[in-house]
Amino acid sequence: MTEKILEVRDLVKHYPVTRGVVFKKTIGHVKAVDGVSLDLHRGETLGVVGESGCGKSTLARVLMNLEKPSAGWVNYRGQDIYAQRGADLRRLRRQIQLVMQDPYTSLNPRMTVGDLIGEPFEIHSDVAPKGSRRQKVQELLEVVGLNPEHINRYPHQFSGGQRQRIGIARALALRPEIIVCDEPVSALDVSIQAQVMNLLEKLQNEFGLAYIFIAHDLSVVRHLSDRVAVMYLGKIVETGTEEEIYERPTHPYTQALLSAVPVPDPTSRENKTIIRLTGDVPSPANPPSGCRFRTRCWKAQEICATEPPALVTRPGSDHPSACHFAEKREIVATHEAA
Amino acid sequence: MSDPTMGSMVTPPAEQPTVPATTVAPDAGTPRRKEKPRGLLGDAWYDLRRKPLFWISTAFILLFVLMAAFPSLFTSVDPSHGELSRSRVEPSANGWFGYDVQGRDVYARVIHGAEASIVVAVLATIGTVLLGGTIGMLAGYRGGWVDAILSRVADVFFGIPFVLGAIVILFALNPPGSTRDKYSIMGIVVASLVILTWPVSMRIMRSAVLSTKEADYIVAARAMGAGPGRIILKHLLPNCLAPVLVYSTILIGSFIGAEATLSFLGVGLKSPVVSWGIMINEAQQFIRVSPFLLLFPAGFLVVAVLSFVMLGETVREALDPKLR
Repeated sequence: MTEKILEVRDLVKHYPVTRGVVFKKTIGHVKAVDGVSLDLHRGETLGVVGESGCGKSTLARVLMNLEKPSAGWVNYRGQDIYAQRGADLRRLRRQIQLVMQDPYTSLNPRMTVGDLIGEPFEIHSDVAPKGSRRQKVQELLEVVGLNPEHINRYPHQFSGGQRQRIGIARALALRPEIIVCDEPVSALDVSIQAQVMNLLEKLQNEFGLAYIFIAHDLSVVRHLSDRVAVMYLGKIVETGTEEEIYERPTHPYTQALLSAVPVPDPTSRENKTIIRLTGDVPSPANPPSGCRFRTRCWKAQEICATEPPALVTRPGSDHPSACHFAEKREIVATHEAA
Repeated sequence: MSDPTMGSMVTPPAEQPTVPATTVAPDAGTPRRKEKPRGLLGDAWYDLRRKPLFWISTAFILLFVLMAAFPSLFTSVDPSHGELSRSRVEPSANGWFGYDVQGRDVYARVIHGAEASIVVAVLATIGTVLLGGTIGMLAGYRGGWVDAILSRVADVFFGIPFVLGAIVILFALNPPGSTRDKYSIMGIVVASLVILTWPVSMRIMRSAVLSTKEADYIVAARAMGAGPGRIILKHLLPNCLAPVLVYSTILIGSFIGAEATLSFLGVGLKSPVVSWGIMINEAQQFIRVSPFLLLFPAGFLVVAVLSFVMLGETVREALDPKLR
């Protein structure tokens, strides 16, 4: 395996819940991210999946150093990213870029495309000399498949997919090593999703990018990812290679998620069992004791309420799973990526 | 005065199609535009230049500014020279706008009154927008205790009734019988208007900043490493300016009226100095017998306010790419 460039250990982000106007009293914490550990290697794609509200986007914000974590650390090539200040922090930001979810709100409506894509060069003025910036912007537009003559247009003159390409071009401008994609295709039509994902794949091969690809759509993640981490209520419940997760899931939550993926083949649809989870996701402000999934799990027993399961490789499996009763189960998943 | 500017700027695009160059003209046009990437301001200017409303309102504003700066260009009559024999004489070839109750030439007074009215209103508006906008931006952007303190300070000023506050300030600085000259009184009037009205534009700016601050594109700019200066100037300001701009154009009109109120109460500009507000106040007693006394200063006031409102509107539209 290639070198490790990003190391995340026990990352915790709790938001205090306060009451009172003048004398604020903390009455609890929303545990948005609660002890997440990840590794990212050069040029690989790590998919992070989970349902809405499980802390995926908070993870992205903390990884981007937009918010300080409550505990834990993130190392980029050996440097703690939260310890950087001033010029060091800016140099670091150049290496980790963000593509946001909603292409309709993530571009300043009053800036031309040329200004939007040129902004990274203005912020990091040492990357490109002033004279060459315009040419670089046009190159980037070409790279992401937009007409370089459109630099004087405004975001509202583009479609959703084109805007997301502008967002990607912005992220690419500084030639980063890592791009954090926070649900980059979930706001787009399915046909456009494929275009944008193929573009991301092409760029990865071209520039050797590493992606942290956050999504709630399992088939989207499978299409791109080398490794996948499944999140539930702020914790990673199962992690492994794309094949390990999709073909041999051992955590009940992953199995339930995969069983819900629509199967396009009518014959194999017949012998597919759908695991229907009952109940709602518990509140992250007051998560269940022990295993967080136990309130909705059909395997839950006494031990699940008392002892939180560790994310370790258990006998009979080949990848880490945070379940006391982890075992393989035959799931008919979509085989589009295989 | 308005004709040459309008003629030179508006006619060339209209004439171009008549030039027999059929396909060469658009082709020659696009590479030139490709050469120069434009920003928001460049595009706004490009857009403004094609709007007749912009040129009309600019022409009127220039006319009023010229009136304020060089009243002798328009009239050579002394605005304070009165002859009681022609008291309330109606408009005629001698006195175009007639004569007021003391027999003074209304036309000359309207021309000379432009200075005080325009200068006070424009300066006070600029001051209000700059002061209120800056404080509002600061309060909205920093949030927390900075916002709490600045908002409470604004509340204190907001709570002072306008007329009462202005009387107090002007009585302290410009008591009746004092011999300050016209410009220092105008300065004091401007200052008191700014002090008493900045909280409104501060609140408008603050709420605009609060709603824009959390936008995704601000987060994206922060993730890219943009500092506070860049975020405020390049991202927040262009997106928060529109409501303040609209408010400020309306404010110009109300300031002309406010200046008149203060003069009427005897704490603002005093009699030998002319302003439209003073004239309107004097004329209101004769509104039934000599309505022309009210008509002319009020007409100038309406046109001036309308010009500023129209200018503000066209500028606001030009600064919004979606409205182009």
